[in-house]
Amino acid sequence: MNTRLFSFHGGLKLVDFKAGATDQPIQQAPLPPQLVIPLQQHIGTPAEPVVKPGDRVLTGQVIARATGAISANIHASSSGTVSAIEKRPVAHPSGLQAPCIVVTTDGADRWCDSPTITGDDFPHLAPDVLRKLIRQAGIVGMGGAGFPTAVKLKPSGGNSVELLVLNGAECEPYISCDDMLMRERAPAVVSGARIMMHALGARQAVIAIEDNKPESIAAMQAALASAGVGNVSVRAIPAIYPAGGEKQLIKLLTGIEIPAKALPINAGIVCHNVATAAAAHRAVYLGQSSISRIVTLAGHVPRDLNLEVRYGTPVDFLLRSFDINPAQVSAVIIGGPMMGYTLHRGDVPVIKTCNCILVQQQGKRLPYGNHGAAMPCIRCGNCADVCPANLLPQQLYWHAHSRDFDKIQDFHLFDCIECGCCDYVCPSHIPLVQYYRFAKSEIWAQEHDKEKADIARQRHEFRQFRLEREKTERALRHKQKADALHAPSAEAEDLARKKAAIAAAVERVKTRKAQSDTKPRNVDNLSAQQQQLIDEVEARRKQHRRQRTERPPNKNSDAQ
Amino acid sequence: MTVLRTSSSPHIHGPNSVPKLMFTVLACLLPALLAHGWFFGAGIAVHLTLACATALGCEALMLSLRDKSRMLFLTDGSALVSATLLCFAIPPLAPWWLTVIGVSFAIVVAKHLYGGLGHNPFNPAMVGYVLLLISFPREMTAWLTPATHSALHYDFGATLDLIFNAGITGVDAVTMASPLDHLRMELSRTHSMVEILNNGELYGRLGGTGWEWVNAMALLGGLLLLWRKIIHWHIPVAMLLALLISAGFFHLLDPGRYSDPMLHLFSGATMLGAFFIATDPVSAATTNRGRLYYGAGIGIITYIIRTWGGYPDGVAFAVLLMNMAAPTLDHFTQPRAFGHGERD
Ligand code: SF4
Ligand code: SF4
Repeated sequence: MNTRLFSFHGGLKLVDFKAGATDQPIQQAPLPPQLVIPLQQHIGTPAEPVVKPGDRVLTGQVIARATGAISANIHASSSGTVSAIEKRPVAHPSGLQAPCIVVTTDGADRWCDSPTITGDDFPHLAPDVLRKLIRQAGIVGMGGAGFPTAVKLKPSGGNSVELLVLNGAECEPYISCDDMLMRERAPAVVSGARIMMHALGARQAVIAIEDNKPESIAAMQAALASAGVGNVSVRAIPAIYPAGGEKQLIKLLTGIEIPAKALPINAGIVCHNVATAAAAHRAVYLGQSSISRIVTLAGHVPRDLNLEVRYGTPVDFLLRSFDINPAQVSAVIIGGPMMGYTLHRGDVPVIKTCNCILVQQQGKRLPYGNHGAAMPCIRCGNCADVCPANLLPQQLYWHAHSRDFDKIQDFHLFDCIECGCCDYVCPSHIPLVQYYRFAKSEIWAQEHDKEKADIARQRHEFRQFRLEREKTERALRHKQKADALHAPSAEAEDLARKKAAIAAAVERVKTRKAQSDTKPRNVDNLSAQQQQLIDEVEARRKQHRRQRTERPPNKNSDAQ
Repeated sequence: MTVLRTSSSPHIHGPNSVPKLMFTVLACLLPALLAHGWFFGAGIAVHLTLACATALGCEALMLSLRDKSRMLFLTDGSALVSATLLCFAIPPLAPWWLTVIGVSFAIVVAKHLYGGLGHNPFNPAMVGYVLLLISFPREMTAWLTPATHSALHYDFGATLDLIFNAGITGVDAVTMASPLDHLRMELSRTHSMVEILNNGELYGRLGGTGWEWVNAMALLGGLLLLWRKIIHWHIPVAMLLALLISAGFFHLLDPGRYSDPMLHLFSGATMLGAFFIATDPVSAATTNRGRLYYGAGIGIITYIIRTWGGYPDGVAFAVLLMNMAAPTLDHFTQPRAFGHGERD
């Protein structure tokens, strides 16, 4: 493995505000009286409940099963009784409600038995067995994306995997859960890396850590040395946001630029988060399903902390347990200040992808938290300088503002990773990312509309075809009857010819249907979140059509 | 906590802002302003005060007519930058109404009628300057040489008197064209370069007397802008290089007819143009490659107008011409997006 580092365009040096939460060990968060466990904590289809109200459950027991290829099991995060299966508010940018299993905890925290393997078994295990253990444990990407890990551990489409990248960059300010994990549980990360390499058939692995985390780098190096693994290395990367973005990280480490429509696997590279690796270790060697994670609690709190939190723990319960009066809290950001989203209410549960809870108190602002009034774009180009996707953010803004959704795609709107760099540096304080999100969801909605229209048209065409077919068949039957009276010998031949004619007609319609069936590219593989967005947008569009307003997306539109 | 404040990411914002940007530009103009005052007298202070007051007045008027937030835009500093840049081009003893007309036109027509901050396709200060130059050529070209300034010994009261009571007639006899203007006129009378340059107190070591210092100070201010990351290097470097190369080429061809490239770099509005005028983000090209073409275009056109054109200095016209080309340049110089091929 060469040790040269590459660079990606743009990016920002941000004040990281991580010192507070990293000067003390990870703490156990207390167990709440009630766990509210959403059926969907991942990208893909929600899990199906396999328990019913009144059932006793043990810690780590499957309470909802993965459905379909891209899904994840959900486990009871602690032992107790299922008290309800119902819709509850969940952590989601739109503030929606979603089905959850509510478990009233008994405080005993008794684990159920799960299959495990021992270190001696490991070299002889088939990759499939490892994947199965990881899938059963309900592990999903813990860096924030929540993609089911087992799926991402299977080399697909004839690609073989050269390199496993373990992402320990953690480039957003405040978040330090991965840092603390690597400091305190480095051997688990190394072991997870080996499991993942084995499952993928990868020859080498790199653990990438930003150079503002020297303790983590040292801890990982020590763990590697004592485990005696030669094909895994630690690489310090420059602390430039968003170095932790998947494609940016790969560019930094290898110089390879993953093409816009391709996945890293196409280049023989797979990326996983370090916390996901540690979870894989726990699943495989300790038989522990994914029931908790490390969450950074920061912002306006008495003390920044890293907490081991059971999934389903309500955020407000967590705040109260650490001396924060929820009544004084004005906003809560899930994730970092650059890409995180705000909660609509405090009683939503912590889920698998929640790496940070950033609290803002009434009457206070986070440092750099001042988004002044928006002014017109002065075309300074600062945004283009920092864009890691090397886009022209001001052009995107311009076309989003004028709702020119064709033009905006020429400027590669869908390559925008919503990192927020452009927004951060814009002297005119234009809420750029908000405009991009708005444009994306409008385009999805339009394509969705078009798809619906296509389906309707196809239905209409098929009806026409059916009517016509019925008519010909009727005519044929009449003719047959008439013919039967006159020339019974020609009957069979005639019937065969007509049948062939009908078959040809059917074929023609089929091909035409297939041709018009090409789907627009942006509505393929929508995640549930995106689907949700589309639904919202559709409702909004209906309203818009009624009002016919000419205003840009929202209240924050510029004041020009 | 039942109702939380929601907002869209990012939830933090850098310290950058439009007022901060504009006031940094103003601060970086200070050395050049002082040099101007040192060599050409306190007139510029009077015109600057007038220009700023006019600019803010026009801005306030237009904002209320256009129903925009005065709080937000009056304090953004952009009108002050336009006013200050225009002042450099106004002869220090010119009558007051010249400044008022130029600045009003710049703010009302060139800026607000095109849609206000961020929407003007042309640099307002340059539009104002060109209007004045075309409409009042006599007043706009009546410069005193630094030597005359010191010889006349007029005090601040006299300066005010000259500016406000149209007392320019009294000094008429001693005003003369600026160095570049003089050079052009003399060259067209087929005087050779050496004759002209030796002839009088108009020329200093590098450029026109006084002007070489204004330019040097503008260069200093420009370097400060670069250091503060207010501007990108592309436009000034491309413009100065283009000017240097074109001037150098013709100078080498015929030193008797074409002036020394240094004279071009340190005379007239060269440095102000390179660092403060051509870099006005609103009307310039925005892609890095586009900026290079844009700057080079200004350098070349400036040289052409100065050498063969009918006006003393070409920077203003060059900037306005390239302003027109900026959208096209942007269109053809889009950067390659991450993960896309050259032509994707
Ligand atoms: S940073 Fe803001 S003001 Fe500058 S070009 Fe980009 S969008 Fe326009
Ligand atoms: S949010 Fe999008 S446009 Fe803005 S810097 Fe990030 S990738 Fe570029």
